Amino acid sequence: MQQAPAGQVAVVTEPEPTQNTLTIDRLKAYYINEHYGVKREIRAVDDISLVVRRNEIYGLAGESSSGKTSLIKTLAGAIRPPMRVIGGSVTFNFGDESVDVYRQPDRMRAARWRHLSYIMQGSMNVLNPVRRVKHSFRDFAQRHMDRHDFQQRLEAHLRRLQLDPGVLEAFPHQLSGGMRQRLAIALATICEPEFIVADEPTTALDVLVQQDVLALIKEVQQRLKSSVVFVTHDMSVHAAITDRLGIMYAGRLVEEGPTAQIFAQPQHPYTAHLIDSLPRIGDLRIRKSLPGRPPALFDPPSGCRFHPRCPLAIERCHWESPEMLPSKTNGRVACHRAGEAEVA
Amino acid sequence: MSANVLELDHVSKFFPVGGLFSRRKLQAVNDVSFALSAARAEIFAVVGETGSGKSTIANMILGTELPSSGHLRFGGVDIATLAGRKAREAFMGQVQPVFQNPFEAFNPLSRIDEYLFATAHRFAGADTPQRKHAIADEVLQRVGLSMAEIKGRFPHELSGGQLQRIAVARALISGPKLIVADEPVSMIDASLRMSIVNLFRALRDDLKVSIIYITHDLATAYYISDRVIIMREGVVIEQGEARAALDNPTHPYSIALKNAVLPPDPIRAAAIIRAREENTWSQSAV
Repeated sequence: MQQAPAGQVAVVTEPEPTQNTLTIDRLKAYYINEHYGVKREIRAVDDISLVVRRNEIYGLAGESSSGKTSLIKTLAGAIRPPMRVIGGSVTFNFGDESVDVYRQPDRMRAARWRHLSYIMQGSMNVLNPVRRVKHSFRDFAQRHMDRHDFQQRLEAHLRRLQLDPGVLEAFPHQLSGGMRQRLAIALATICEPEFIVADEPTTALDVLVQQDVLALIKEVQQRLKSSVVFVTHDMSVHAAITDRLGIMYAGRLVEEGPTAQIFAQPQHPYTAHLIDSLPRIGDLRIRKSLPGRPPALFDPPSGCRFHPRCPLAIERCHWESPEMLPSKTNGRVACHRAGEAEVA
Repeated sequence: MSANVLELDHVSKFFPVGGLFSRRKLQAVNDVSFALSAARAEIFAVVGETGSGKSTIANMILGTELPSSGHLRFGGVDIATLAGRKAREAFMGQVQPVFQNPFEAFNPLSRIDEYLFATAHRFAGADTPQRKHAIADEVLQRVGLSMAEIKGRFPHELSGGQLQRIAVARALISGPKLIVADEPVSMIDASLRMSIVNLFRALRDDLKVSIIYITHDLATAYYISDRVIIMREGVVIEQGEARAALDNPTHPYSIALKNAVLPPDPIRAAAIIRAREENTWSQSAV
């Protein structure tokens, strides 16, 4: 692993701290199932606090069922029963107005797509398969924009993203997966939103196309100076485009910090494992995998949720759940033995 | 007995596409030849993107699709000439598949051990419950599980990594010479993925089973395979010893593919994306 030069550490991403576009405070959202009097809680988002700043890409990493999709659904106010918000708050700050997602649902509705937009994993499902692409753009965006110059702005927007406006006349099935994903990005950014949620936008794509899509997201983000929450399980993608990174495990945030430092000096043993287990071209060392499996969220282990699989677990980890505390590397970490994991 | 376990001899496959008046040939696999020696078990990686024909090759090796031209020989016998149930079953016992998505490979309504018992009955001739149980337990031990752990369980109770290991265990029951694994780790969680990859390495070394490892991921191919072919639109464009071929690829496409692998290193990975951005933008200025 390449070490970040020591002098670079302080300058990585510390813009004005007041510019938080999104503030999540002690958010808890559970799936609550009740069948024949048996109540089952699935704690998908369990006491998570984080902020996303203006003009940054915040990465969320974690395995399946770690709660990362539940978290972004909750922050976008897109949850449905049986999922419910149990406590905490989500507040957006779109420059001139601030919106509390769960206490001001009307203002949230008005902010959608204008200020907050999404890039989904299955881009093919976003575009209506039986209508030309231009109709999807009209359905999504026209109500948020001036009607008479909509067509001109749309074409100008596509040209900026290196897309030929001719694709507007195509049907989705005539376009490749990469092209559809680029159109989904165009669709999500046409209103120039302050906040973009990207859920696994490159997972279904081939590697060469994946790079183009990542470069496009980065370019759009830099031009609009917007905030992006970027969710993927692929640590290499996080390395490539995120500014800060949050690692989720079993519904909790276990580590957070500037991406460069997380990769150089992971503080949590789970993070250290995620980074260390990635095979690299040119490196033949045997990669180990963790014992056990990710815990079931309706019955998480006591204490630290990672302790049954943790190579560093001590007695204390079994009964005391670690708090999220500032780490040595400009971030936060929830671990009793933070910083002791060895990275090759 | 031939000196090769498997031999692909100028194999091509095309599918007719299009309507009645616009019928065209889609060349899925174009003149592919390679052979796996019986003398030495090896992991042979077939790398390519979507539409490169790598899964068509897997289907042809498994005998579920026949080549349009050329020959596939398993142990010297052309797979296309296998006739009758006996010959087919003997062949199936020797060549076993492991599929991409373990959650779809198992029926959610039947118990996992039933799969192992049914395979033990059919391919290992086990006719008593005790014998089936013993065979199932033996193959599970090979993949780091045991009958005690999975007895009576349903697929939804197990993780993707466990299910994929059970899929490998099931494939081992018949004592195969060759396992065809089509993207076996792409649906597995990151913390469990290496357990499957390392398992393939153990099978090669301990059981002398050859493995055709089909993947789009150059990094894992580099990590476990002995030899590699890189395919593009049905054509093999790069082949050779895995480390040599991937350390110094010669074809422009395989160089591009290698450079597209994002390293898990923020400084280098971000530089790749930046270069990509500048490249696209300078092209558009022209």
